[in-house]
Amino acid sequence: MYDLSCDRVTKAFGKFVAVDEVSLDIPSGSFFSILGPSGCGKTTLMRMIAGFETPSGGDIRIKGESVLSLPPNKRNVKMVFQHLALFPMMNVGENIAYGLRCRGDAKAEIPAKVARVLERVGLPGVEEKQIGQLSGGQRQRIAIARCMVLEPDVLLLDEPLGALDLKLREHMKIELKQLQHQFETTFLYITHDQSEALVMSDRVAVMNRGRFEQIGTPRELYDDPVSGFVAGFVGDANCLAGKIAEIRGGEVRVELDGGGAVEARRADDSAVGDAVEVFVRPEAMRIGETAEGTRIAGTVDSLLFNGANSRILVKAERGQLVEVADPGQSGELTPGASVSVGFSPARARAFARRTA
Amino acid sequence: MQSSTGLRLVYRAYMVVFFLFLVAPLVAAGVFAFNDSLFPSLPWNGFTLDWFFSPVEPKLGLFHDERLLRGLENSLYIGVIVAALSVAAGTCNAFLFERRAFPLKGLAYILLIIPLVIPGVILGISILVLASMIANWIDLNFGLFITWLRPGIPLIVLGQFSFLTTITSLVIAARLQKFDMALEEAALNLGAGKLRVLATVTLPFLYPAMFSAFVVAFLVSFENFNTTLMLVGSDAPLTITMYDRMVKAGSTPVLNAVSVVLMLGSGLLALASVLVQREPKA
Amino acid sequence: MGRDAGKLSLTLLMTPFLLWIGLLIILPQIGIGYVSLREKVSYDEFHYGLKNYVDFISEPVYRNTLFRTAWMSIVVTALALVVGFPVAYYIAKIARQKSRAALFLMCLIPLWVSDLVRAYGWIVLLRETGVVSRTLVALGIIGQPVEMLYNDATVVMGLVYTVVLFMIVPLTSTLQGMDDALLEAGYNLGGSRLTVFRRIIVPYAMPGIVSGCIITFMLTAGSYLTPVLLGGKNSSWFTEQIYNQFITRYNWEAGATFGVTLLVFTSFVVWLGLKLTGQSLATTVAKD
Repeated sequence: MYDLSCDRVTKAFGKFVAVDEVSLDIPSGSFFSILGPSGCGKTTLMRMIAGFETPSGGDIRIKGESVLSLPPNKRNVKMVFQHLALFPMMNVGENIAYGLRCRGDAKAEIPAKVARVLERVGLPGVEEKQIGQLSGGQRQRIAIARCMVLEPDVLLLDEPLGALDLKLREHMKIELKQLQHQFETTFLYITHDQSEALVMSDRVAVMNRGRFEQIGTPRELYDDPVSGFVAGFVGDANCLAGKIAEIRGGEVRVELDGGGAVEARRADDSAVGDAVEVFVRPEAMRIGETAEGTRIAGTVDSLLFNGANSRILVKAERGQLVEVADPGQSGELTPGASVSVGFSPARARAFARRTA
Repeated sequence: MQSSTGLRLVYRAYMVVFFLFLVAPLVAAGVFAFNDSLFPSLPWNGFTLDWFFSPVEPKLGLFHDERLLRGLENSLYIGVIVAALSVAAGTCNAFLFERRAFPLKGLAYILLIIPLVIPGVILGISILVLASMIANWIDLNFGLFITWLRPGIPLIVLGQFSFLTTITSLVIAARLQKFDMALEEAALNLGAGKLRVLATVTLPFLYPAMFSAFVVAFLVSFENFNTTLMLVGSDAPLTITMYDRMVKAGSTPVLNAVSVVLMLGSGLLALASVLVQREPKA
Repeated sequence: MGRDAGKLSLTLLMTPFLLWIGLLIILPQIGIGYVSLREKVSYDEFHYGLKNYVDFISEPVYRNTLFRTAWMSIVVTALALVVGFPVAYYIAKIARQKSRAALFLMCLIPLWVSDLVRAYGWIVLLRETGVVSRTLVALGIIGQPVEMLYNDATVVMGLVYTVVLFMIVPLTSTLQGMDDALLEAGYNLGGSRLTVFRRIIVPYAMPGIVSGCIITFMLTAGSYLTPVLLGGKNSSWFTEQIYNQFITRYNWEAGATFGVTLLVFTSFVVWLGLKLTGQSLATTVAKD
């Protein structure tokens, strides 16, 4: 049984279709992310699940029961808002007790429950503090505690890390994952940041223009994207535009727009003459004459140092810029040096060109 | 930029002169309440509190002057009622204009503001005229004499309410505009019903604004003269009583004493409203 | 559930608004409009027509009072702008961050004090036996006490005093929004003080100037206490005429005519001001 199922859920605002026949099933206790650029419809989908918007079509089921007729305050899905929406007129304890009071829990039991959940999020004894006295990370945990104290079937998180600075965000990614393990509750996490989605999730749905492009584990999305959009959005990739010149079984030869040609796997049903984009991960590329497979000649444009993520930016003879992973940071190359970049066609994918 | 220091000095002097200009009449009105003289003027005859507390003529103090005390009482009474009514109406208007869409909203918004630009005297006479027309009509057709439609406290309340509601609406709406809708959604999400959300989240957020709107309305009501003058009956509030005294008996230091009480009272209230506005900074 | 509950709550919110605007603002204005068209023939017999307005126009005393009020209101508005602008500029741009709020609050102090107390303060200062006159005599600057009340200059000064705050507040908030870089750029590009003031500061402050002037003008033209107390019984202020007709002479028809005239006149001036500067009533008045 699934904690949360969406069945061809659609939401139209006038002529604009924000969410278009989206279906998903989230098994109990898993961390599920919806990843997409802003405006792709992911927030609208989440608001429909929480009950703030009514779908124009389709069904939403929580633990197998349709919740379409339930108002938001009767649904057992709790939400962590983008800016957390902690009540500034209440202290921490009152914030967390709010849901319990609404539910009509016995007055005597509330303080103990509040204390217990604060302990679980690692902030024991802060009941009397004002929201303004907490740090960004602490507020995050209070917002989660405020929901978790109600033992929801599903916890919705609407880009809650967006407002944090980079360091804290990296830290909170790990912490959120741990909290999810600890509570064993189903998390539905919305983000436009692919690294958040990849690091934390059991499964990720990539959303674009109101539709799911692909649902899969982070590894599947990264290694085996089904569309140019996914290949470009998840992880870093070099994108070379061209036309299919020849199809040989599972491989295609693509003549690049600026000139030159590369070989790649044929990833969809594009035919000879169709405009395509070839996606190659930086780490799939090698520099040096010995590299087998297809190759591009060029000169080193610049060295982009970033520790283990360092890259070499190569300018191909025909002008395209290509990023090549440089984990060793050998430092042997200098800008201006002629190089040959090679990659195995098996690790490059040609997808029909994305429109717009 | 050689002249800039000189210029700056002149500028600063101008500011000092301006603030002296601002406080001069207030100081004059205040200081002479404490002069041991029958006239609010120089020379200074020494400090006294007689104009507040003396129980006998000729220096009958403010706190023993029946008519002034009655005026003070009426002012307080009118002020509290008007402030409460206009805050209630202003809160409704704030929700109406910030949260709802309805036909002709633009026109309605102009109507909301218009009472501020109608001169107070005209608000006063127009309400007086309408109330009298209604009262006369009822008198003529039913033989009933409706007292509260004749000049008196109820009409003063209505007259002041008519423009104070604009002020309270704008103050409360400004605060409501800053409200983060996510807070209401969060409360709904946590299981609260709509009324509960209103009572526990939205209204508490508005309380500081409602409080300062109340204070402002009370003060403006307390000080109001133009509208009140047209609607006053036998129960005159303090400003009218003081004016009456000024015109009929000329100025005596007891009027300075009234001024001191008015200034102290409004100063304290203004301070309270500033403090309340400042406190909730989450 | 949503639909009906929404409609019900809209009705509930709408009711106080409609009652207030309808019964206390619109109907009363229609009421005085109606009375102003009425002419008392005998005890309970009335004729309807524009006779009251014809009387008003043909009686030079009334007419002149209106012009005098209008003229003096314009003078007061202009003076308030001249006096208030440097103060607003100082608070918004020159004063240090910390003292800014304090200065602004100081400007607001007189706002919290009744008109009556302020006018009374001026009386104590300026009348023949008042503080200023006595001080000047004591200092030997003048030979005998002078009456400084009951003249137009004093009335104008008192009115400027009463309304200058309403000029300073919108000006300050507009000027505070101005980026200092604009000024620096102005000087940097070689502008003199005067050009920077004329070409940069004034155009930027224009919305504040307009709203300040409108509020100031309305308040002045509609004021009663200051002209009556500082100008004496013969200050010939228009609102005083209204009061006299209504309360003293009990001539409601004439009083209503004056009231409507004042309202139409001030509305016209405000409308003209808004039209000429391309601003709207809502943004001008409802800013603070």
